Amino acid sequence: MERIPIIKMGPFLLVTIQVDMHDRLVMALQEDLTELVSATGARGVLIDISSLDMVDSYIGRMLGGIASITSLMNAYTVVVGMQPAVAITMVELGISLQGVMTALNVEKGMDLLRATLMISPDQDHGIDREE
Amino acid sequence: MESTVKSDTLVVKNPQEIILARQKVREYARLLGFNLVDQTKLITATSELARNMVEYGGGGIVVIELIYVREHRGLRVTFEDQGPGIADLEMAMQDGFTTGNGLGHGLPGAKRLVNEFEIDSKIGVGTRVSLVRWV
Repeated sequence: MERIPIIKMGPFLLVTIQVDMHDRLVMALQEDLTELVSATGARGVLIDISSLDMVDSYIGRMLGGIASITSLMNAYTVVVGMQPAVAITMVELGISLQGVMTALNVEKGMDLLRATLMISPDQDHGIDREE
Repeated sequence: MESTVKSDTLVVKNPQEIILARQKVREYARLLGFNLVDQTKLITATSELARNMVEYGGGGIVVIELIYVREHRGLRVTFEDQGPGIADLEMAMQDGFTTGNGLGHGLPGAKRLVNEFEIDSKIGVGTRVSLVRWV
């Protein structure tokens, strides 16, 4: 079955959503991410949506769901790279992504996660630093 | 008088076909010269309404039309299913109302993204939603 790849970057996990997502792919991504957060002890998840040409209420719900699930597993989710036209449309549609952190791009998203978790860049390799 | 210059009809019964409908609407919107924000609004509204049709109406057809009314050019997208119909249309058009597991933004949200929005539903017969955005 088709899967969205998840890349481990130091203490974070990066997902780049590049395809038009259908329901089964979304479900698989939620499962895979949850398992990887558990297996790696990752403290942050970056979801890059710069290739998505729209976010409807279904995808919005999926992003909010991932953020809720990961927060229960002690990890923060940051949605990065939203296109301006997508943001404008989402607001009119009535989706606010409450409780989901956002950043302009992957780099700024990583900065935000580091600041939130108080990790300095040279500590990126040690995931379990709090233990 | 209104004239249809070009049209396409798609069967949409599953999530993969929702994606195809979005791509076709994007193609028409580009052809008509809509800017990126308007294109995005059109494909997002299409996605919401096509998903409603698949989730609640058992799937149906999507008709995409390039229309002219006098000097105005527009894109009309019509969604038609033969599902159970919507019992209370007024309620269904309110923000936050849902009978499924959604957030209830589908119908009122899609309406905000277009210039014209019509909905007609009969219990046991089906639902027809039509939207237009003018260039």
